[in-house]
Amino acid sequence: MSDIPKRQVIAASHSWSERLRLAWADLADTARLWPLVWTLSLFDIRLRYRGSLLGPLWLTLSTAVMVGAIGVLYARLFHQDVTDYLPFLTISLVLWTFISTMVSEATTCFTQADAMIRSMRMPHGVHAARVVMRNTLVLGHNVVVVAVVFALFGTKPGLDCFTLLPGFLLWLADAMAASLLLGLFGARFRDIPPIVASVMQIAFYVTPIMWNPAMLAHRGLAKAFVELNPFYALLEIVRGPLLGLPINPGAWQLAVLYSLGLFLITGLVFVRARPRLPYWL
Amino acid sequence: MAQLIVDNVSVSFPLYHAESRSLKKTVLAAASGRLGEDSRHRLTVEALRGVSFTLNTGDRLGFIGSNGAGKTTLLRTMAGIYEPVGGSITTEGVVTALLDPGQGMNPDLTGNENIRLRALFGGYSEAQIRDLQEDVAAFAGLDQFLALPVRTYSSGMVVRLGFAMATAIHPQILLMDEWLLAGDASFLDKARHRLEAMVNGAEILVLSSHRPDILLQWCNRLIWLDGGMVKADGTPEEVLAAYLPPDQFAHVLEAAGKTA
Repeated sequence: MSDIPKRQVIAASHSWSERLRLAWADLADTARLWPLVWTLSLFDIRLRYRGSLLGPLWLTLSTAVMVGAIGVLYARLFHQDVTDYLPFLTISLVLWTFISTMVSEATTCFTQADAMIRSMRMPHGVHAARVVMRNTLVLGHNVVVVAVVFALFGTKPGLDCFTLLPGFLLWLADAMAASLLLGLFGARFRDIPPIVASVMQIAFYVTPIMWNPAMLAHRGLAKAFVELNPFYALLEIVRGPLLGLPINPGAWQLAVLYSLGLFLITGLVFVRARPRLPYWL
Repeated sequence: MAQLIVDNVSVSFPLYHAESRSLKKTVLAAASGRLGEDSRHRLTVEALRGVSFTLNTGDRLGFIGSNGAGKTTLLRTMAGIYEPVGGSITTEGVVTALLDPGQGMNPDLTGNENIRLRALFGGYSEAQIRDLQEDVAAFAGLDQFLALPVRTYSSGMVVRLGFAMATAIHPQILLMDEWLLAGDASFLDKARHRLEAMVNGAEILVLSSHRPDILLQWCNRLIWLDGGMVKADGTPEEVLAAYLPPDQFAHVLEAAGKTA
């Protein structure tokens, strides 16, 4: 318990340096409050399945059912060998589910927490981090499905698969930035959540998730979808290592570039709009 | 030593969906100058205008004023929830705000889980969390209910839980809105003992209420807010004498056992 009186000044600030200082303090406090973030996300998941027989196991089970059904069907549609296609599809779907729920829940991370935001002064970053943590926990449940499919089909990712770790760290940083950015936009403009949902729907079909870029290589179509698609780059830096592919420098370059752009925009928007957030709820 | 300085604070709310000019004019005319425009010609409601005062250790301040005078907005601003558009708020000491009974509690979580979240926000350790849960349970008298979701509580129970939680974490500056009065008589008594102990421990209390008797009992200073501005500032007796019609004021004094 820290009972040492701390002097705190909240001033109407129009200078960027002052705003920057407060925004930084917000993020630093969020990092300090990680046990709160962890417990909030844990309660979120527990609450979703309170009273259900299987509980959070449903997360794993529903993913398994989806992967099994779609895998067998699409392997036939695409004329692919199930033993190659199913591991690919499992990883892709599990990773994509993380990306797409992350992005769509990011748009409501502040509007959903309005009761908390309006009742006490808490760093806004906590609400963004909560969504990131919650989706990471869900991903943890789904990784089980990937492990089972790999075991069934005897897929053995090599030692290379550890290169997914830096990729995943980049994902977490991107997820946090996206939560802050989309959360602020979603709170100010209430049309943002459905717009983002539509965009993600399109992104799902455009990005090589269900299909492998190699499948379309001979049609010359894949290039455009692959070379500029931020989702593909992000997916590839984590999916590639799992599939035993060598590091893809092109995808990394693109992923880092897009991430830096995201951090820059988020920084500007967060520093500028942070003090106004409670007024929008 | 706790201190709270409110310096020339202004707060205005943007009205994003009132764009029509004719509507704007109508509303402007009706609202007697509380509406303004910001630099980008958006319509705003000026909830607080140039409010200043300083509170020191042992001060018990009350806010009085009609509905919409800015009492709750001022409490929220003092709590740091709304960052002011003009001026500054300086606080020294741990601030806790009891602004609405729910207090950001998640109604689907149990009482104990909500207490845990609150404790984690305060940076408590596991042992301190257990102590806090016991303390709150004992004070709020909710023992077995703490294992049930908060949404199953009666409104009085929610108030008790919120109050117990906010005061158990030893705030140095406590900001309270009038909902506290939803408690029953025995709880009000208990609450006052707890608050008195807290205020005697050299802390600051800020209370907003419509009930003159409560303000007279609990406060040693009163601010009358009107239209987002300070209309009067002084001892409870002085301010109430100006605020209330004479007959009501006499009645309140009589009830409080004082003479006019």
